[in-house]
Amino acid sequence: MEEERTLKVQKIKNGIVIDHIPCGRALKVLKILNIQGDIGSSVSIAMHVRSRYGWKDIVKIEDRYLEEKELDKIALVAPTATVNIIKDFKVVKKHRVEVPERIVGIVRCTNPRCITNQNEPLTTEFYVISKDPLIIKCKYCERDMEPEEIFENII
Amino acid sequence: MFKGKDIVSIKELSKEEINRIFEVAEEMIPIAKGEKKSNILQGYVLATLFFEPSTRTRLSFETAMQRLGGGVVGFTNPKATSISKGETLADTISIVDLYSDVIVIRHPFEGSARLAAEFAEHPVINAGDGAGQHPTQTLLDLFTMVREFGEIKGLNIALIGDLKYGRTVHSLAYILSHLDANLYLVSPSLLRMPKHIIRELKNKPVETDNLEEILDEIDVFYVTRIQKERFPDPTEYRKVAGTYRITRKLLSKAKKNSIVMHPLPRVDEISPEVDHLPNARYFQQAFNGVPIRMALLALVLGVI
Repeated sequence: MEEERTLKVQKIKNGIVIDHIPCGRALKVLKILNIQGDIGSSVSIAMHVRSRYGWKDIVKIEDRYLEEKELDKIALVAPTATVNIIKDFKVVKKHRVEVPERIVGIVRCTNPRCITNQNEPLTTEFYVISKDPLIIKCKYCERDMEPEEIFENII
Repeated sequence: MFKGKDIVSIKELSKEEINRIFEVAEEMIPIAKGEKKSNILQGYVLATLFFEPSTRTRLSFETAMQRLGGGVVGFTNPKATSISKGETLADTISIVDLYSDVIVIRHPFEGSARLAAEFAEHPVINAGDGAGQHPTQTLLDLFTMVREFGEIKGLNIALIGDLKYGRTVHSLAYILSHLDANLYLVSPSLLRMPKHIIRELKNKPVETDNLEEILDEIDVFYVTRIQKERFPDPTEYRKVAGTYRITRKLLSKAKKNSIVMHPLPRVDEISPEVDHLPNARYFQQAFNGVPIRMALLALVLGVI
């Protein structure tokens, strides 16, 4: 099994492997990491890959590491993901992403009449009401946001 | 327990805090009526920042402050202030905070009172932020029911009319349900209470579009205005609006000691003939805004 996967998606020398992404979310992960066609290193995506727990997506990005904030963003679209940091073809660190209790500065409120969308010197902040499905509540306007709205409003 | 506290959302007040507010408000009634004099807020300045027009809320806050001997500054026309020059709300609040001891804000954007509370050192009272919270209205509504029936628990309360856009009914439904009232949500299907509000209720409400059906079970009829502009078709509006009109005839089939409330202004949801019936409580309710706001001002300023 392991070998088969290696054939499908090449191993990387240095960079990150984001594994156990829920099926169909790989492109969303790339989007929130702002990875488009011009990053100067290779990106591999495997979608609908068989794993021990069913099906999953995998993203491998060479020569790229993640900040804490980016890990939180990944947690919002792929709460089951693990992020492996690769150096010299070896996994040197493994993070399991986690939805934080408070989501600060990484999501825009979907309510156009929320004060956070009015050019005030504010950082957005949301309370997590439920993790599965992910529902968050704006600290300012108290509007709830559901998964699709959250994905579309990641800053 | 209250000194310096911001009153932004009803959800942040505990049952004990609400009871304390009512206890103080009860003592304030003779002062609110002008029968007794008080100077407990002498030397304090209230800033009323009304970025949106409001008559009752602003006048009752100003009356409350003055009845307790305090002073009021503020504006009701933001066009004539530096806001029209593009100043942020955060800056306006920071400056006004330096001039006053307590700030009351009404603003068209949701969450603006929370912002104000974060930028001001002094307590901030939310007097309505867009379609968001209006906690002092909610408190005076509760106070009116408590004065009538003693407690909220077990009361059958019908919220009637526009439950989708109506500002006051969302936070009212929340707190009534958490105080163990039985809620009946009566509205045309187009204007039903949003799911996210219902999700937060402690007990499952009865939802119906037929007022007659539940008429004889209700202790409190809380009526709200159905706005014409919510309906694409004016004939549809007339049909719907008529169905929820409170009249003498309708009330003759209701419980004898039931009461009718309305946050006002009303248009034609309550027939004027109801004004003189023993069930009418909406003018009393509007008056209760003064003692409730007196209580809040005295409590957050820490003089009581």
